[in-house]
Amino acid sequence: MTAPARVGRMYRALVGIGSLCGLLIVSVFLATLPTIEANQAAYLEQAVFKVLPGAVIKRSFYFDDRAGFRPAEPADTPGLTVHAGYDAAGTLVGIAIPGQGMGYADSIRIIYGYAPRAETIIGLQVLASKETPGLGDRIEKDPRFLSNFTELDVSVSPGGQSMAHPVQAVKRGEKAQPWQVEGITGATISSKAIARILRESSRAWVPVIRREIDVFQQETRDGD
Amino acid sequence: MATDPVHSTDEFLKGLWRENPVFVQVLGMCPVLAVTNSAINALAMGMATTFVIVLSNTLIASLRSFIPREVRIASFILIIATFVTVVDYLIQAISLEMHRALGAFISLIVVKCLILGRAEAFASRNTVASSMLDGLGMGLGFTFALLCLGSVREILGSGSLFGLPLFPAGFQPWVVMILPSGGFFTLALLLLVFNRIRSRQQQRALLSGETTQ
Repeated sequence: MTAPARVGRMYRALVGIGSLCGLLIVSVFLATLPTIEANQAAYLEQAVFKVLPGAVIKRSFYFDDRAGFRPAEPADTPGLTVHAGYDAAGTLVGIAIPGQGMGYADSIRIIYGYAPRAETIIGLQVLASKETPGLGDRIEKDPRFLSNFTELDVSVSPGGQSMAHPVQAVKRGEKAQPWQVEGITGATISSKAIARILRESSRAWVPVIRREIDVFQQETRDGD
Repeated sequence: MATDPVHSTDEFLKGLWRENPVFVQVLGMCPVLAVTNSAINALAMGMATTFVIVLSNTLIASLRSFIPREVRIASFILIIATFVTVVDYLIQAISLEMHRALGAFISLIVVKCLILGRAEAFASRNTVASSMLDGLGMGLGFTFALLCLGSVREILGSGSLFGLPLFPAGFQPWVVMILPSGGFFTLALLLLVFNRIRSRQQQRALLSGETTQ
């Protein structure tokens, strides 16, 4: 076989296999997309209801730098979307806020419930983490650590612009204030990472949510 | 093309025991040690690998006369990567929890020397039916090995099997077993047991051969 013919055969093989593989990937992607999106939505909804105990209705709001909060649309950035949870009577239970930060092994993604009336964090769930099994992953399972997030103080200062007491990590057994997070022995870096994510996220979100709390209350009254 | 049934059974069985990818060939050690901290993770990774190896072997065997020798490795990798992407979407559609637990190791199936090795050594030189059986045997052999490791590690490290508690409330789990070091301990132990059984089988076969003579 001549050199050009050999090269042509190689091109034909690679282009043919590439096209076949591309077609297969696109077909499977399109076929599984609705199920994957439904799974992701169900997983998020489950997490929102878990971090906002008592909530049975969820509405998502997107934060726009200029216009403030507005009902979220599918194309909105997930990192700037919060989820308000309402009880069966339509009363606002709280707002589930996503947060993200570096842990020991990789980035940790969480969602936590903020109750505006009590100005506390009332629940937390880890959405994604690659912390060490048996050690760092105790941030997801350790009951004593998770009990930090049933009434964690995140009140704002009198001016409403900043936090009165930023969330603070302390060693196990040394918690003395309602804004302190008691760590886990053997998972110090991971538990401190959760406290840091909450501190930074609450500093960014809580004053804004408090300022625009009427948007979330209004949605309840409209109750579609 | 008709395939000899005895030959086909051998193609299938060799991956399960005689040429087991983990216990004999010691291949794919990265996921073997990383994802076997629970039986369910081990089973899911084993099934995902089986899916990829069976389909890639089948497609490569059916296209073997069409793929020139010079571009065979590139073509094999393209085919394997495609099936890995497919299995990634399928796991996401079946269970997001499972997808989270397996993490980056799903994508890393593409670089498993076991799969590329079977494509190059077997599927590119044999019929579609033989290649499919070879892939199925190797995949199930890999799954069996992962499941052995995952079960031992979960029972000792978490006190459960497939998430079901096995011990009374006072049981103190051996946390080391679900850490990477526990993977090495368990693998060493299972390799010891597996090789002991194989050497006994070989000795018995040798003795029976001598008796017959």
